[in-house]
Amino acid sequence: MHRFLLAVLRRDLTLAARRRGDWLIAQFFFVMVASLFPLGVGPEPAMLARIGPGVLWVAATLASLLSLARLFSDDHHDGSLEHMVLSPEPTVLLVLGKSLAHWLIYGIPLLLVAPILGIQFNLSWEAIRVLEVSLLLGTPILSLLGGVGAALTLGLRGGGVLLTLLILPLYVPALIFGAGAVDGVMAGTGAEAQLSLLGAFLVLSLMIAPWIAAAALRVSLE
Amino acid sequence: MNLYTFASPAHFYTLAGRLIPWFAWGAGLFTLWGLYIGFFQAPTDFQQGEAYRIIFIHVPAAWMSMFIYLVMAFWGAIGLAFNTRLSFMMARALAPTGAMFTFIALWSGAFWGKPMWGAWWVWDARLTSELILLFLYVGIIALWAAIDDIRRGDRAGSLLTLIGAINVPIIYFSVKWWNTLHQGSSINLMKAPSMAKTMLLGMLVLAIAAWLYTIAVALVRVRRIILERERQSEWVKAILAKES
Amino acid sequence: MNWASWSDFWNMGGYGLYVWGSYGVTAAGVLIEVILLKRAAAETHRDLKRMQQWTASLQGEES
Repeated sequence: MHRFLLAVLRRDLTLAARRRGDWLIAQFFFVMVASLFPLGVGPEPAMLARIGPGVLWVAATLASLLSLARLFSDDHHDGSLEHMVLSPEPTVLLVLGKSLAHWLIYGIPLLLVAPILGIQFNLSWEAIRVLEVSLLLGTPILSLLGGVGAALTLGLRGGGVLLTLLILPLYVPALIFGAGAVDGVMAGTGAEAQLSLLGAFLVLSLMIAPWIAAAALRVSLE
Repeated sequence: MNLYTFASPAHFYTLAGRLIPWFAWGAGLFTLWGLYIGFFQAPTDFQQGEAYRIIFIHVPAAWMSMFIYLVMAFWGAIGLAFNTRLSFMMARALAPTGAMFTFIALWSGAFWGKPMWGAWWVWDARLTSELILLFLYVGIIALWAAIDDIRRGDRAGSLLTLIGAINVPIIYFSVKWWNTLHQGSSINLMKAPSMAKTMLLGMLVLAIAAWLYTIAVALVRVRRIILERERQSEWVKAILAKES
Repeated sequence: MNWASWSDFWNMGGYGLYVWGSYGVTAAGVLIEVILLKRAAAETHRDLKRMQQWTASLQGEES
């Protein structure tokens, strides 16, 4: 069982390593969306620090959505997805492996880019540290819930936009707890409560999302 | 005659056809009764003046928006578990009405908020969750519209409804909690004015009217869906021949 | 009785815009839904009948 999960993971990571373009595009998208906000609302440092956590979190959700549309579709096009679903290995593990790979490929780099953007938004070091922890806990949620959306919209025309429409409402708690944690530390009320709730939401997503995504994948491939 | 007879689309089609007028007339009568209570029996509120009369549609609409979602999730779960065609059709038939009630709840909330809080929109927990509920409805309807294959569409939509149903309480809780942290920016939502008995009665009567209306409309929609899906069958051909 | 006259009723103690704005949109929503539903039902019936006549005419040619 674990070997199947590792095999899925290794396969996706190898494929991603061969196509570095996609990977970079998502990171640049994150940087660009976040950089548009100071241009739109003005450069006052105090205000940027105020909106920074929320903006970075929204940009992170959008960046993860951008890449999610292709979570299953490449394998669907070359037919390998069907083989993997029909194989005796549980589909849940396939979905879990793919979500995990998505997180490693697209989520972890966001953690590396976010501090730089945090500095641009005039966040304190303490706030940046909490932002990192909240993204570390929150980005797997985006990959897990996004897996459901990707499975539901597999092979549909306009699937990418539809995916955004379906999944963004489900991201709301992660966004609130994630950005709220950074807000909390900046307001001096501490971030533990928000981070614990974010962690609880992650555990819940981990327990539920792969099963629903696996069911959706089987439905979409019938 | 057992329950399964009615679970077959052909029997349900006839049964629904017989039931629709009852529900429709019931909805009309309860609406008139509710409006009479709301406008002529319920006294003017000493705090909110006449503006509080919006409550008679706002609250039933907000109830319906949530109940209909739960009923959709229920039918979707039944369909996924027991593979009954009719339950998926019910889920599909309810969604547009649910979205409409969500919209009405938001709209009347804004029209109530303006005179009471001085703002059309506040990011209050209830209004915000209602807005996200509308997004969920729109997403589900869009997913159904995008999938041509009936079997796949039924199941995909139900799975999305289910994960949304798990998420709605979490969203409500998170928004409420977020709201208490941002007290400065939000206006303190006043408690509903001490509920007079007539007010509660008016709300309940109109809520029943909304239920009857929803059932009637959903049954009309289910009948259409049944006709479209079973168009190759003999009984549909017989019905059409009889009608022409 | 709450209202002395019709204009009093429509005025709603100065909140007429808000009260009638809400009730009006509700009525419009219900009305639009019912109209769309009737139209869609008529369309389905027409399409199905047309399809049926078409298959019937095909069978007629065959025999």
